[in-house]
Amino acid sequence: MNALLAAEGLSLHFGGVAALSDVTLEVPEGSLLAVIGPNGAGKTSFFNCLTGYYRPNRGSVRFAGRDITRLPPDQVAALGIRRTFQNVRLFPRLTSRENVLAGAHLRATSNLVAMLLGTPALRRQERLLAEEAEHWLAYVGLAGRGDVLAADLPYGMRKRLEMARALIAHPRLLLLDEPAAGVSSVEREELADVVRRTWESGVTVVMIEHDVELVMRLASTVAVLDRGRLLVQGPPEPVRQDPRVIEAYLGRRQR
Amino acid sequence: MSWNVVVPDIVAGLFLGAFFALIAVGYSMVYGILRLINFAHGDFYMVAAFVSYTLLALVTVGTQVNWGNVIWVGVVTMLAAGVLAVVAERLVYRPMRRAAVLSLMIAALGVSQILENGVLNTPGWGSNYLPFPVTPPGNGFDVASVHYTWLQVAIVLTAAVLVLAVHFIVNHTMLGTAMRAVAQDRVAATLMGVNTDRVISLVFFIGGALAGAAAVTASLYYGQINYLMGFSIGLQAFTAAVLGGIGNVAGAAVGGLLLGILESVGTGLVGAQWALMFAFGALVLTLWLRPTGLLGERVGQRV
Amino acid sequence: MRSWRAAAPGAAVALAGAAVFPLALGSTYVTSVAMQVEILMCLALGLNFVVGYAGMLDLGFAAFFAIGSYTSGLLAVDAHWPVLATLPVAVAASLLGAVFIGTPTLRLRSDYLAVVTLGFGEIIQNIVNNLNQTGGPEGIYGIPPLSVGPLTITSTTGYYYVFFVLVVLFVAVSYRARRSRLGRAWLAIREDEDTAYAMGIKVRRYKLYAYMAGSVLGAVTGTFYGSAFVAIAPPSFGFNESLLVVMAVSMGGMGSIWGALLGAGAVVAFPEVFRQFAQARLLVFGVALVLVMVLRPQGIWPEEGLRLGRLKQSARRATRQLTHWASARLGAR
Repeated sequence: MNALLAAEGLSLHFGGVAALSDVTLEVPEGSLLAVIGPNGAGKTSFFNCLTGYYRPNRGSVRFAGRDITRLPPDQVAALGIRRTFQNVRLFPRLTSRENVLAGAHLRATSNLVAMLLGTPALRRQERLLAEEAEHWLAYVGLAGRGDVLAADLPYGMRKRLEMARALIAHPRLLLLDEPAAGVSSVEREELADVVRRTWESGVTVVMIEHDVELVMRLASTVAVLDRGRLLVQGPPEPVRQDPRVIEAYLGRRQR
Repeated sequence: MSWNVVVPDIVAGLFLGAFFALIAVGYSMVYGILRLINFAHGDFYMVAAFVSYTLLALVTVGTQVNWGNVIWVGVVTMLAAGVLAVVAERLVYRPMRRAAVLSLMIAALGVSQILENGVLNTPGWGSNYLPFPVTPPGNGFDVASVHYTWLQVAIVLTAAVLVLAVHFIVNHTMLGTAMRAVAQDRVAATLMGVNTDRVISLVFFIGGALAGAAAVTASLYYGQINYLMGFSIGLQAFTAAVLGGIGNVAGAAVGGLLLGILESVGTGLVGAQWALMFAFGALVLTLWLRPTGLLGERVGQRV
Repeated sequence: MRSWRAAAPGAAVALAGAAVFPLALGSTYVTSVAMQVEILMCLALGLNFVVGYAGMLDLGFAAFFAIGSYTSGLLAVDAHWPVLATLPVAVAASLLGAVFIGTPTLRLRSDYLAVVTLGFGEIIQNIVNNLNQTGGPEGIYGIPPLSVGPLTITSTTGYYYVFFVLVVLFVAVSYRARRSRLGRAWLAIREDEDTAYAMGIKVRRYKLYAYMAGSVLGAVTGTFYGSAFVAIAPPSFGFNESLLVVMAVSMGGMGSIWGALLGAGAVVAFPEVFRQFAQARLLVFGVALVLVMVLRPQGIWPEEGLRLGRLKQSARRATRQLTHWASARLGAR
């Protein structure tokens, strides 16, 4: 199976702190990779390197064979990579629908004259996009909430809205940063369901998660980061039982 | 362009730079601690000038300088300016601590308008250029056939002492450490037991006091005050702060001196009406080529 | 604009009323004030692209107003061009200025950008004030009236209608832009610039677009301004003017078309209504500005709609703070 995304020798440090040390990992196309590890392991920094928010000090990132290491975030997004954020970054004073539509930016026309004149073609495209936005809102369970301001949504719904915003772009690769963190068990199930359905529809997913049970259930491969280094990557069950992983989470028994 | 012409311009620039430095330090400190460009800062300077004007007018007979009067008026003015700054902080900036930057800046503009138009509408002040009640003596000394007065020396010394004092406070005292902590991470500072509200108010007070000192000395030097004097010097002081590196005292001081020299030499060449051009040009160039300024921290640009 | 449909009948009535009232009222004074309201509305709608949609504080918007006015005025007076013909040149000059200033500076943080735009406004005013070609401190006079076909417009009422058309046009353009991917991109940038990148939005380019859009509207307004007043001079294009436009947009409601119109109306109408306070007008404005920013930073009629609930909440909070403050003063004895 081809690697859709390949990170090689990724190293990132801030002053004296090494956020990532020589991380090499591959994401096969069509897989669901879970990235786990203790807090501060560098998981979000990893995402930031992949998406152009941080520039790694060493190493490279390739997407579908193409080097994207030095690309700014908007160009990374244009290649079909979307992400959600650990602390849910929505556009607060826009409605849910407008948030989702913002995600469709690259799919809307950029014809200035048409926009100013409000040509029938433009109106039709806008209408179709609006319908699709409704579809994605329903997909994540937010049907009927299109007119609610994002700032007014409860936390669990905000996480789902962020996903809808990413999905309307029809991404090839979806990066989810702790999609199920901080929500009730009911909502966790709903979110997990959305993730699973998305993956089943052919999107390659990379997911940072702490919830081990969720990871075991959904992931096809698991990668473990600890203090900036990749400990191990492999199928879920063997990784879970790997002593190095256990030690990373629980610490070494003191003699 | 002979040396004889440029050198006096450079020296004149140093005096101008002294005023810029005093105001720039205040700007820089407030920006460092709140990430706010306080557009009203120049107007603290202006109000202070009017306060010192009124006080001096009250106690002065004739136009002879009584240095004792000047000194205590100066101190009182500094205190008043500091208090004014704190009042603005408490009433306007503190309630808006969590508001969007845009709204904060507009609020600062509002404060600026209140101060400017407040002075404009106060009986006895108004819109005309008011001559300062005292005329400082012109006695001094001559260097290379240019006359320098003791007043000028006193001004530079005062500015230097004040700036050094602030630099000392910020870098070598517990209070200064608290200020720098709040500037870097307000929440963490709170967790360390720092009363951030009080620290922020103190920073405003110091900035205001320095502006007050600049006001008294500038009014003595230029001999007249006007309700719009804060606006243009505020812009120039901000440029100085950016030039030297915003967020630190030494940077503001260096930036102030540099800008003073730059403007002085420049206007000597092309005329006084283009003074602001030099400031603006310096600002844009600095932000474009070396956003950190000469001595400063990184200016917020995208990663 | 969510409130659009609800407001439509009211808007239609207002529009009809506005269209008829100069003829009905017959007072030149009121008409001229109304015309000034319209001019500020046009400028506010222009600035709304920059401040309201893209979230960038521009404190030198008068510069584009000036560039448009002076370019048009100079061509009309010195080269005898018909006013309408000067329009594209004025717009081009303004766009050039926007690109020249905007390209190196729009990537700056909003606070630095504010000062740079302020500087730009000051520089432009400085230039037109000091150059002989632009008439120096006296400016340009004898600007010919606007001719549209056989019609030459010379009366205040006539120009009332000219700016009326402009306001309607600008509202339409703002509305269309807002409802397109352009508007959505701008708002995304305003709300969360870093996340906007993740949507594939080329942030720097779109910021420049907003700045350019504002400059076009400012220049168009400036062109007709010259004809309406026959003479233009530097004092009309300074920081105070830029500030008035900023006040109109920010107090009226950030990012909302209604807000811009409302703000412009308030800013012009208020001193006319309270004439005895003319001198203290700006002082009152300053207080009003601060109050609005502290209590309702999004403006009176922002994008999200009137949301009176929040207004009541702000009012309640303000009274609570006041009584708390007062009792602390009096009680602490």
